[in-house]
Amino acid sequence: MSVRIAIAQCSPALGAVRRNLAMHASWIARAHEAGAQLVVFPELSLTGYYLKDLAADVACGADDPQLAPIADASREIDISAGFVERSADAKLHIAQGYWSKGKLVHVHRKVYLPTYGIFDDGRYFGPGDRFETFESVGGSTGVAICEDLWHVSTPYLYAAAGAAMVLAPSASPGRGVAEGGDLGTAESCRLMDRFYAQYLTLYVVYVNRVGHEDGIAFWGGSEIVAPDGTVVARAPEFDEHLLVGEIDLDLVARERARNPLLRDEREDIVLRNVAGRLGLPLERRD
Amino acid sequence: MTEVLSRTGVIRPDPKDPSALRIDEVLVRKMLVLFIRDETSKARLKRAVVGVSGGVDSAVSAALASEALGPEHVMGLFTPYRHSSADSRRHARAISKKFGFTLEEVPITAQVDAYFRAAPVDESDPRIRIRMGNKMARERKSIEYDRSWPDGIVVGTSNKTELLLGYGTQFGDMACGINPVGDLYKTQLRELALHLGVPEEIVRKAPTAELWEGQTDEGELGFTYADADLVLYHMVDRRLRPSELIAAGFDAALVTKIREMVRKNHYKRVMPLIAKVSLRTVGHDFLYPRDWEAD
Repeated sequence: MSVRIAIAQCSPALGAVRRNLAMHASWIARAHEAGAQLVVFPELSLTGYYLKDLAADVACGADDPQLAPIADASREIDISAGFVERSADAKLHIAQGYWSKGKLVHVHRKVYLPTYGIFDDGRYFGPGDRFETFESVGGSTGVAICEDLWHVSTPYLYAAAGAAMVLAPSASPGRGVAEGGDLGTAESCRLMDRFYAQYLTLYVVYVNRVGHEDGIAFWGGSEIVAPDGTVVARAPEFDEHLLVGEIDLDLVARERARNPLLRDEREDIVLRNVAGRLGLPLERRD
Repeated sequence: MTEVLSRTGVIRPDPKDPSALRIDEVLVRKMLVLFIRDETSKARLKRAVVGVSGGVDSAVSAALASEALGPEHVMGLFTPYRHSSADSRRHARAISKKFGFTLEEVPITAQVDAYFRAAPVDESDPRIRIRMGNKMARERKSIEYDRSWPDGIVVGTSNKTELLLGYGTQFGDMACGINPVGDLYKTQLRELALHLGVPEEIVRKAPTAELWEGQTDEGELGFTYADADLVLYHMVDRRLRPSELIAAGFDAALVTKIREMVRKNHYKRVMPLIAKVSLRTVGHDFLYPRDWEAD
């Protein structure tokens, strides 16, 4: 079964939610015209990334009427987009929603908040506390927002739970301009995407933004990498681009037959190891 | 893969290996052009104003601004003092011709001299020369800001070496709206300059602020940019401690001197301190992005 998906490699305006909603509407329409069943936007696509104190100003509940235009548009095509979620107990989270058939069906809250170097997520946001798969048009799916993906355990947990696809919305700043190759960040990300895709035998949908915020350039280079390690589609660096590619769930099955790493995975050993180190009691289930 | 790792993963500090400073000029050029274009339009401005001294740093800034905004939207300002050299004027004009932007000449001798005549000073005194140099730098910048009104942005020309060493005048040559070259060491900036087509004569000449006759940067600093850049690269970009650099064979006196310049001039690189007394204070806990956009 083949599913066409689209990546909106766009440049959100910082702190300007209404403008970003209009921007989303136009990318959603283009993705729909291109025959895609899902369009994925980058991290914090509705608000911009380096929000600082603006985070509290643009935050809203996942069911806020402000997000209704996205829900409405999802009657035509599934949508994954980023926003600042204010939880019921008023904590702020970097969130990625998944809307389908007019409804919000899943929200992932960024777990790993980079607070070092050029990043300050931990100052402004609270962390998510779970990695849960859900059913998208691309089958069982997990969401890893930017830094989440850099932690090996994130895609591992999704794969172990049966995910066929990891959506990785990002706001990755481009840096590293040493002679003789690509941008340093691009090399690291491509290595990561391909490694996860091939060794966890799933699709990695890496969705990066472009444009500048306070002098920092987001480098784009979004890509879809298949479970056999091939790059299905890749967007240019630094320029806005609607990237369209096919996800083939039969390929996932074929790769897992050929290379049954997940079938043979010993989660029980992982669990005993981690639980033992953390001093957590394990209850027998048999 | 091995090639990738050899470029990014295992760069070792070696005073005899300047290759660590090499950059991908095509990529850097693209990033800086997009930076100028995007950040100028986010500031709702259309033009760039660049002080063009005839040196390599301002040549690169002006060239990048011309590529980003179109040379018809770039104003170069050549602002000579009485001891500015004829070569500087010739080079400034060559740069303007090469990259197609308009160059205007606004001499600063009359106002600077009038100021110092009010309380006469001894120009041979090194401390007075520094005061005069600072005054010239701030005079030039006040002209650039004046000429930027109402729809222009002042584009900076301070490179990473100068910024880290603090080798510049606060609110003078260091002042700007945006700075495309501030993350490039002098050595890297020369490489980019050649790639952009800045004439070799300009790239190769001895850097000088021309704050007094015969002044050169390297003469005043007491070390070369090539040496300083390598120390700074490993110290700043690669986070090596001075003791590790010295152990790797870098000159101990040079490392210590550079480290101390970086430390004592840090005040020039940050916004002025504001005394916090209220519940919420600009710069302390009122932290909005500069690119705060209208909805």
